[in-house]
Amino acid sequence: MADPNYPEDLKYNADHDWARIDPDNPAEATFGITWYAQDTLGEIVFFTPPPVGAKLAKDEHYTEVESVKAVSDVVAPLSGEVIEVNESLTNEPQKINEDPYGDGWLVRVRLTDPAEAQELMDAATYKATLP
Amino acid sequence: MSDQLTAPRSRWFIEAADDELTIFERSREGRRAFTAPRLDVPERPLDELIPAELRRPEVARLPEVSEPEIVRHYTRLSKRNFDLDTGFYPLGSCTMKHNPKLHERIAGLPGNADLHPLQAVEDAQGALELMWRLQHSLGEIAGLPHVSLQPSAGSHGELTGVLITRAYHEANGDRRTKVLTPDTAHGTNPATVTMAGYELVKIGTDAHGNVDIDDLRRHVDTDVACLMLTNPSTLGLFERHIEEIAKVVHDVGATLYYDGANLNAIMGICRPGDMGFDIVHFNLHKSFTQPHGGGGPGAGPIAVAEHMEPFLPRPQVVRREDGSFDLDHDRPRSIGRMRGFQGNYGVFVRSYAYIRSLGAAGLREASEVAVLNANYLLARLRREGVLEYLPAAYDRICMHEFVLSGAVMKRELGIRTLDLAKRLLDHGVHPPTVYFPLIVDEALMVEPTETETRETLDHFAAVVAEILREAATDPEIARTAPHTAPVRRLDEAGAARHPVVRQPL
Amino acid sequence: MSRYTAVTDADLGEMLATIGVGSVDELFADVPAGLRVEGTLALDDGLSEQEVYGELAALAQRNLSTDEQITFLGAGMYDSYVPALVDSITARAEFLTPYTPYQPEVSQGGLQAMFEYQTAICELTGLPVANASVYEGPSAVAAAGYLAKLHNGRSRFLVSAGVHPHAVQSLATLAHGWGMTVEVVDLRDGVTSVEALRQAGLDEDVSAVIVGQPNFLGAVERLAPIVDVAHRSGALVVCAADPVSLGLLQAPGAQGVDVVVGEGQTLGNHLNFGGPSFGFFAVTEELIRRLPGRLVGQTRDAEGKRGYVLTLQTREQHIRREKATSNICTAQALNALAGVIYLSWLGRQGLVELAELLAQRTAYARERLVAIPGVTPVHQQPVVREFAIRIDGDMDAVLARCRAAGINPGYRYAEDCLLVAITEKRTRAQIDLLADTIAEALA
Repeated sequence: MADPNYPEDLKYNADHDWARIDPDNPAEATFGITWYAQDTLGEIVFFTPPPVGAKLAKDEHYTEVESVKAVSDVVAPLSGEVIEVNESLTNEPQKINEDPYGDGWLVRVRLTDPAEAQELMDAATYKATLP
Repeated sequence: MSDQLTAPRSRWFIEAADDELTIFERSREGRRAFTAPRLDVPERPLDELIPAELRRPEVARLPEVSEPEIVRHYTRLSKRNFDLDTGFYPLGSCTMKHNPKLHERIAGLPGNADLHPLQAVEDAQGALELMWRLQHSLGEIAGLPHVSLQPSAGSHGELTGVLITRAYHEANGDRRTKVLTPDTAHGTNPATVTMAGYELVKIGTDAHGNVDIDDLRRHVDTDVACLMLTNPSTLGLFERHIEEIAKVVHDVGATLYYDGANLNAIMGICRPGDMGFDIVHFNLHKSFTQPHGGGGPGAGPIAVAEHMEPFLPRPQVVRREDGSFDLDHDRPRSIGRMRGFQGNYGVFVRSYAYIRSLGAAGLREASEVAVLNANYLLARLRREGVLEYLPAAYDRICMHEFVLSGAVMKRELGIRTLDLAKRLLDHGVHPPTVYFPLIVDEALMVEPTETETRETLDHFAAVVAEILREAATDPEIARTAPHTAPVRRLDEAGAARHPVVRQPL
Repeated sequence: MSRYTAVTDADLGEMLATIGVGSVDELFADVPAGLRVEGTLALDDGLSEQEVYGELAALAQRNLSTDEQITFLGAGMYDSYVPALVDSITARAEFLTPYTPYQPEVSQGGLQAMFEYQTAICELTGLPVANASVYEGPSAVAAAGYLAKLHNGRSRFLVSAGVHPHAVQSLATLAHGWGMTVEVVDLRDGVTSVEALRQAGLDEDVSAVIVGQPNFLGAVERLAPIVDVAHRSGALVVCAADPVSLGLLQAPGAQGVDVVVGEGQTLGNHLNFGGPSFGFFAVTEELIRRLPGRLVGQTRDAEGKRGYVLTLQTREQHIRREKATSNICTAQALNALAGVIYLSWLGRQGLVELAELLAQRTAYARERLVAIPGVTPVHQQPVVREFAIRIDGDMDAVLARCRAAGINPGYRYAEDCLLVAITEKRTRAQIDLLADTIAEALA
């Protein structure tokens, strides 16, 4: 994805992570990193998925993504338990660059407190925080 | 783009084959370079010596090549390297100064090269005396009286120094948990902190490129074991408030550690010990001319203040009352060994030869010229208009190196610092350090060293200016550089995603 | 002007004018006045090249080199023959004078040589991944300890007494900072015993079990049972191996060892009174992201040509900083280059022939020495290049007699014990002379 893009249907935190609350099931969400995050990192070469079942706490880092010359903590935008990880990233971590909001998703999470989402930013607010 | 634009300015590589075979690919069954010495003892069945189950069933698949092939293979490989003897190598923080040829001759003398490390001290007096003299010289340069030559490289010296700090605090019954480093520090500093069992605390940088003293004060308490500092800093700036920093750190009983990566700026001009540092490491492969070897060997001796002396590693080279030299293992409070034997002696030989060649006045002159050359180069770049696109990160008199930011160049000309670096390769110049320090956007860190001529510096300034002019017309040339090296830009992401780290055999 | 700088008076004037200052002193204005060195450092004046050579050559003359004495010293470094082509190639400026290959396009020679080196070390150790070198042997063991600590976060190291004492000490120095213990497990009849490891408490607090191969007393260890018992408690197994002996012995990696490290001096490096040499460091695939130091990987350039780069750099200090797998930066690239040239020189058959020659001569030497009344073997285990003997008699007299005969009989690792090393340079005649001299001293 060559140009900046911040979908309206996502929620964002200040650490450049996004959450997509499942429209059919607001107690579940998908997490990933934003266009800005992947652009800053450059070509992503490695993603360590957390184990399914891992407990994530909002605003705490739960894994790392690596580019050739940088390592970045990935911060959970919301609290919850990992129910699925994007296994395809093990072989093709570049999907995070190519499609950060689609094929480059990182984990699916069962939220422990869906109300936390109110503390996250919408796309316009997040965009305004970027340099 | 036209051939003319991308044509090499200087061609110092041989015409390389598209794909240089590896030594393993040159292997043909039955070829050999080695002839074993004659078996002159009664031969015993191997099974009697070493039972079959302890022996490997298959031989290690080393290459099978003749001597001429080996020589040609590695000679050809050598021609795919850029090196300091060929051209300008202004790699910031690395001090790529001339490596005198004399040193290789001396290090190669049988009394140095073919001396066993466990040779009886009475049969190694020359080596021990050389080490003792080097210790004394480094101590004088650092302004700290006690030196251990043992650490193998700068980062090894750092680890030694921080472990000595730990031992010192523990001897005072003091358990501290944190070590401070500025946010401009070399990566080895924070890595060392963790490796020595401490928690890292980062200190900010102020608007002038100095340590942010207020931030330092906020973080300093009696839990702090040490502050690690490079002075001049990795921004190439002398830390103006060093005396105040030393006081703040010492007031809470912490130690002050000097990372000697940038010592080349101040030899004989001022001394870390006088600034208040308790521990210093030297990079003999930077300031003291040990050739860098494409990634070592180096050596990272440390010098310490009186109160740290008991904790220096074992063994220590000492002079006995009768004037003879010895290895002192009887050091009950020592942190212990950091490695085998006595350190990288071959490196000591070269560095001591350098110190003997220059003497006190020569060392001072080396630093003065290093700083003169850096400031001159900065001024020449300014005159060429380069600083309009690559402004100095901190616009003041620099020490032996300076840091530019490529942020404007990226925005205005559409080429990044990396592109500039790669295009420099086409001009036969090794690029400066790029993307360090981390706090400078698109950083370019230039260290010309004292051994370069003014003409070389002028040439570098002109080449950078030319690359910027070229980028203004056609940025694609720099973006796709280098054009004349043995290979084009390499796919580092692909290498990291699916690592191939040995030849499939 | 010194001979390594080039600023003439004319240059100086123009350079200062370009900078816009009146003197070099002004460039140091940031250095507080109170901190300036008054006068010059208390060092001797500089000398001409010829004088420096004379002075340092005279110092070197006061060292007894292996050219001048028949040495049976080993204990980690060996008086091996360094083939001329190694010295000749490593002296090339293109290998001697570049920095670490930060610009891969103009460092393909060094990078490819490192890749070849890594491949050769993988072959010797039987492991799939080897880095581009660490400092040297003993500190490589300490580095392996740090890898184990990061890997499993456990609190104890069980180290065989057959590991080189310098390695045990180097590990202990660092482990103290990690709050970890280093417990040395005694040998039984010269080798590491599984039973002794169990008795020492090989449990889930043990981060790594560390052994030597051959061990410090020259004995060949049986690695498989050690690996088995260590892995059952979840500990890593680290083996510090002699690379030439691996020409003959089971590859530790093939026996399940997780980390194989060692001193590389004997592979084409001079003794240099202990350094520089190089350490090798190899691991299993599982541990690749825990590896310390530089690692070279193969890749392609923009036109599809094969090339080499430093890879998985996010492990390293310049990127991962306080979370790095090690703080190592400068390692021993030139010495590792000597290593791979040497291994190419030996070649597939040569390595075996050399190791067998050492084993034959060592067996002969051991037989000759233990036949002397007053000399007993410390252990009966198989050996490759080194063995330990006990002298029941006046050790000082033995050493003095040998020295007078131009022989260094080996390393006195204990009051009454000698570690005797055989290299391809030690002939039968020299071994006979050693035996005769010791016999005379003890007669």
